[in-house]
Amino acid sequence: MADVNAKSVLTAPIFQNNPIALQILGICSALAVTTSMSVSLVMALAVIFVTSLSNFFVSLIRNHIPSAIRIIVQMTIIASLVIVVDQILKAYAYEMSKQLSVFVGLIITNCIVMGRAEGFAMSNTPGMSFLDGIGNGLGYGFVLMVVGFFRELLGAGSVFGFTILPTVQNGGWYVPNGLLLLPPSAFFIIGLLIWVLRSVNPEQVEENEFKMKENSKPQEAV
Amino acid sequence: MAQGNNSIKKILIVAFALCIVCSVIVSTAAVALRPTQQLNQELDRKTNILNVARLYEPGMDVEEAFREQITARVVELETGDYSDEFDPDTYDGFEAARDPATGRTLSGDRDIAGLSRVENYATVYLVGDEENPDQIVLPIRGQGLWGRMMGFLSVEGDGNTIVSITYYDHSETPGLGAEVNNPRWQAQWEGKEIYDEEGDLSPAIHLTKGGASNENEVDALSGATLTSNGVTNMLQFWLSEEGFGPYLAKFRDGTEPEDAENTDTDFEDGEGA
Repeated sequence: MADVNAKSVLTAPIFQNNPIALQILGICSALAVTTSMSVSLVMALAVIFVTSLSNFFVSLIRNHIPSAIRIIVQMTIIASLVIVVDQILKAYAYEMSKQLSVFVGLIITNCIVMGRAEGFAMSNTPGMSFLDGIGNGLGYGFVLMVVGFFRELLGAGSVFGFTILPTVQNGGWYVPNGLLLLPPSAFFIIGLLIWVLRSVNPEQVEENEFKMKENSKPQEAV
Repeated sequence: MAQGNNSIKKILIVAFALCIVCSVIVSTAAVALRPTQQLNQELDRKTNILNVARLYEPGMDVEEAFREQITARVVELETGDYSDEFDPDTYDGFEAARDPATGRTLSGDRDIAGLSRVENYATVYLVGDEENPDQIVLPIRGQGLWGRMMGFLSVEGDGNTIVSITYYDHSETPGLGAEVNNPRWQAQWEGKEIYDEEGDLSPAIHLTKGGASNENEVDALSGATLTSNGVTNMLQFWLSEEGFGPYLAKFRDGTEPEDAENTDTDFEDGEGA
């Protein structure tokens, strides 16, 4: 991060440096909560809230955090914010919190939050860190919404709960693809999304670090 | 600065200050939001009860409808009579099952629903007239494929004909087992009968593959054999002698469940209302 300006900090994590698509962080929750778009949206908002505020607070006290306990300090701030989010959801979006269940609590272990606190907020000003948190939350949310769109549309025939393709169970014609409602399908969609993003931005393609040796003679295989 | 930050004194100060600030924030949020959360849970439970009794319409005043049409009573499962030992508004059967004083352990072959412990008293919800209810809503729970399923079953006043079933807490596979809450599947339950012989306490109701052929069978969920087995098992358990069998038997043969003999505890006056 050579140049730190507000616009790039906010927008770069969405496409150029997406935390899920490029850094491959925070995959687990992206698999679990993307069965419907409304759940994905709430989860994305929760993560944006936690990353931005945890970045802000970590950055605010960064000059006073002893390096020996910095991870614990960051963790405490993140955990407190996650509990607050969980409590707010239970009070004002009860249905949603029932569907998200344990995954709101698991934001604590989301690598994106921790990664931004340690990687960005510890060395930047509070304002920039706050924007960086929003940017990374948006990047996470963008992937969640795309994955959620395909999973809900093809798995349940609806978008945001509104029926687009009437399913056979409800007297329509569309036979929903049950696999898309199961977590593994998110792997395929995230994989395809990464492929698309890297085709558009070829500079994201990583160098092939691992080269397999050719087997030219049979004894080399043994 | 960096040197000073790593002195033991500084570490302790930062750690303590952080802990205090964070715990104040967390506990403020928890305490301030608790009333709203409890209201939500209560509303959710009432909505589900109205829903299973087919009285729920979107946008209705759940609290008022519940107060007007539904009476909660606590039933002693063994005898099937009403009990005044607990306040039906606050009694929680699930909690009571865990307490040795109010619950019992189920041995292996009797524990078909995978509960391991069951309460001695359970809350039922009577729809309409308390003496001669239109419907009886029974709480049921049991093991599904992935975890415990909690729900309600509503039975007509004859103690045998099912009105509907709903699950308010489960973790079944979306699109397969989670179809237990699909209205089209729930609609199949209407008019099904729990018992096939008079005076018999063993329920005949079960889910079956390939289409229901009589009034004791309900079409199973396609692609969700284990969830369907779980639903069958918990109905077999909760409607048997171990569960609400004795209670429902009183409606079936026309003798109403009796009120408890010692009616010293009167909850109406309990709070000085």
